Amino acid sequence: MTAVVEAIGLSRHYPGDTTPVRAVDAVDLAVEAGEAVSVMGPSGCGKSTLLHLLGGLERPTAGELRLGGQRVDRLSEAAWARLRRRSVGFVFQAFHLVDELTALENVELPALLVGVSRRAAKRAALALLDRLGVADRAHHLPDRLSGGERQRVALARALINEPLLVLADEPTGNLDSHATGEILKVFAGLPDTGQTLLLVTHDPRVAATAHRLLGMRDGSIVDDTRLDDGLSRHAVLSQLAGWDP
Amino acid sequence: MREAMLALLTKEPAHGYELRQRLSRALGPIGEVLNPGQVYVTLSRLERAGLVRADQVSQSTAPDKKVYEATAEGREHVATWLVDVTWPKVTPVDFHLKLVAAATTGLADPVALIDAQRRSLLRRLRDVQQLAEDPAVDADGALLLEGTALRLQADVRWLEACERRWTRRRAR
Repeated sequence: MTAVVEAIGLSRHYPGDTTPVRAVDAVDLAVEAGEAVSVMGPSGCGKSTLLHLLGGLERPTAGELRLGGQRVDRLSEAAWARLRRRSVGFVFQAFHLVDELTALENVELPALLVGVSRRAAKRAALALLDRLGVADRAHHLPDRLSGGERQRVALARALINEPLLVLADEPTGNLDSHATGEILKVFAGLPDTGQTLLLVTHDPRVAATAHRLLGMRDGSIVDDTRLDDGLSRHAVLSQLAGWDP
Repeated sequence: MREAMLALLTKEPAHGYELRQRLSRALGPIGEVLNPGQVYVTLSRLERAGLVRADQVSQSTAPDKKVYEATAEGREHVATWLVDVTWPKVTPVDFHLKLVAAATTGLADPVALIDAQRRSLLRRLRDVQQLAEDPAVDADGALLLEGTALRLQADVRWLEACERRWTRRRAR
């Protein structure tokens, strides 16, 4: 198996008033292709900073980072921008769609930016919108969409270039319970497509869609565990019932 | 309750009244329904099971009292109990008492217990969500799964509060 993400001693320290703030502190992490990983931890534990480091939105102050085998921690801003366009898809809490473009145009944009033809970009964008259940909203502007629809469009945009890695930061943080349910179905299906995914979330339902859980505290990964623990159906059902298997 | 009492006795010997007070304090309002008879009955059962040992202490102005202390076997029993976080058998009261007992006795790290419980809850939540995706599940079956999923989510959220509290305590 190839590691899509490989971090060694990855750190992001900020100068503080008296002592430096260790937002991310010497994190070692390998994420395999096709793995869905959720990151949980108290506010301020460094989980969003970790996601920003992995996507090149912030630079490490120490450590090594490889994406798809390529060393990226010393890339220039311009090289990171190129890499991000092709290889990393982002989903943010606040959607970050371009208000002046329709849903379809928002999804096409990253494909056009990497040189895909108009026809191919449109075909791929429509297919994704269809897969995520928002094909009928393709020609609407974002302000005509519900929160759940916007986030599905944002996810389609993140997926259009078939990135190595999708990074999602509190993807349901701005959604009501119903819209969260819609997004949840999408995330639950993503691991089956082989998409490598790293999710930062407070929502247990979202976290539980992943194969693997990382727990963070004070900038460090303090827990790393499989959620698909391979129990038999009988054992799972007995546990849920509270009966001895 | 039985194991929580035993856990407190592994830290230091106590008589029944002290023990009841300590448990009451840890439980807040729920401690009000801890009845004295229950404490004494549990203590004698623990003694019969060889998990605690009792010493008579004579007092000049009051009747003799029994001071209870955990045996080696009792300690062993507590250590096993502490790390069992099987959901849903471990109720919020049980889990809370485990955290208190872990910190009091030093036999386990409360924050590690919280991490273990979170792992177990999210695994079960993942299972429930996957079971619910099966179109063959009928409305009654789905209703029970929904209730189970909601309880699991509530427990995960409560763990976040436990984590905040116990990481702060550990830092002190």
